[in-house]
Amino acid sequence: MEEYKIDLTVNGEKISTTAKAEESLLKFLRRNGFTEVKCGCEKGECGTCTVILNEKAVKSCITLALQANHKEVWTVKGMEKFELGRKLQKSFVNYGAIQCGFCTPGMIITAKNYLDQNPIPNREEIKKAISGNLCRCTGYKKIVDAIYAVAVENQRSK
Amino acid sequence: MIRLTNNTKILTQEFEYFAPKTLAGALDLLYRYQDKNTRILAGGTDLLVKMKTIGLDADYLISIKEIPELKFIDTDAGLRIGAAVPLSHIEKIEKVREKYPALYESIKSMAAIAIRNMATMPGNICNASPAGDTIPPLIAYEAKLKLVSKRGERTVLVEDFITGVGKTIIKRDELLTQVIIPEISKNSGGAFLKKGRVKADIAKINLAVCLKREGEICKDCRIVLGSVFIKAVRAKKAEELLRGQVINNDLIIKTAKKASEVIKPIDDIRSTAEYRTELARVMTEDALKLAWGRAGGEL
Repeated sequence: MEEYKIDLTVNGEKISTTAKAEESLLKFLRRNGFTEVKCGCEKGECGTCTVILNEKAVKSCITLALQANHKEVWTVKGMEKFELGRKLQKSFVNYGAIQCGFCTPGMIITAKNYLDQNPIPNREEIKKAISGNLCRCTGYKKIVDAIYAVAVENQRSK
Repeated sequence: MIRLTNNTKILTQEFEYFAPKTLAGALDLLYRYQDKNTRILAGGTDLLVKMKTIGLDADYLISIKEIPELKFIDTDAGLRIGAAVPLSHIEKIEKVREKYPALYESIKSMAAIAIRNMATMPGNICNASPAGDTIPPLIAYEAKLKLVSKRGERTVLVEDFITGVGKTIIKRDELLTQVIIPEISKNSGGAFLKKGRVKADIAKINLAVCLKREGEICKDCRIVLGSVFIKAVRAKKAEELLRGQVINNDLIIKTAKKASEVIKPIDDIRSTAEYRTELARVMTEDALKLAWGRAGGEL
């Protein structure tokens, strides 16, 4: 059917192209080369497709590409541009919070977006914050450890 | 056209998309396409999932998220919240946290942050799931909804709005533009409780209560239970036991038992009727005690 014009920025880069109404933001991003956004359950449960849309973490599989028209999208690759993103990246490696790695893009995005709003959470708050992101390898402990380590660092440098 | 209906997880159907920038524009579209298979897209966290997994279809989708007129939050008298405001904004309003704890707790209990960043209260209401979490507190707080169309506007109680599973009284050309919650009187207390399997789960049972206290007497009360009938219901017979009475532990226990007797839960994938009945009793008791304490009452 009809192609719609769409303008958005992804990781700070302007993109002007077209999209079909029924294309999800997830499919749109992957089709345009942003394959770091992973495709898991495709129905809003698993969270690996999480991206930041206008400063808010959202699940790109249940967002239409057209809902991102004229908006700003950040994927896990863009997180390197932020100090907090780099800190999380290092911490995930330090704590072995990555096993198969499939949930990691969503975890990093969710953690970054949450810490931006609440820089010094406790472990319980971290668990709640990542409750929309499923991991089948780590049992979550290492992921919570990794995010908590960044929170502790935030508190120290306060 | 072959239409896959079972867990395809892709949007199998083609549709046209509109993102009007004004309320008038949205109402025009709704009027023009009222006889077509048109759906309103707010956060999409229910709608798009249903389109992907259970074959719910639409020929026209009208997004209301780009309409500035629907993005307001007014806390002057009570609360008035526009239809395009995401749940994650509502949970950050100080007045919601302080004066409407049952609503605050219901929103915090819902799904994950990434969902609440998109989802809206009118979306939750119009989806009309018996397990919709914002519905019991909104009924408990006597909230109203403003429905607007090109023909005019009307205001209805949330309690009267939902008629069954996925069914409401909204007309095809109407748009739910705002949720209106009356000012809460002093010495009122509310509470919301929910039982799910894990944090971001759908409720096996959810309930909200709101009590008005006058000294040791409960002047008025509302007890609203979700996931125990085709829609959220008030346990009016249980409310009658409390209204105008001096509140004590025994009376609360009696009231909670009554509430569990007047509901009609079913067995489904999330729970059994028997378990829900027992939970309703225990949770009503806990919620009433909590709300009475918040209203400044003692037991």
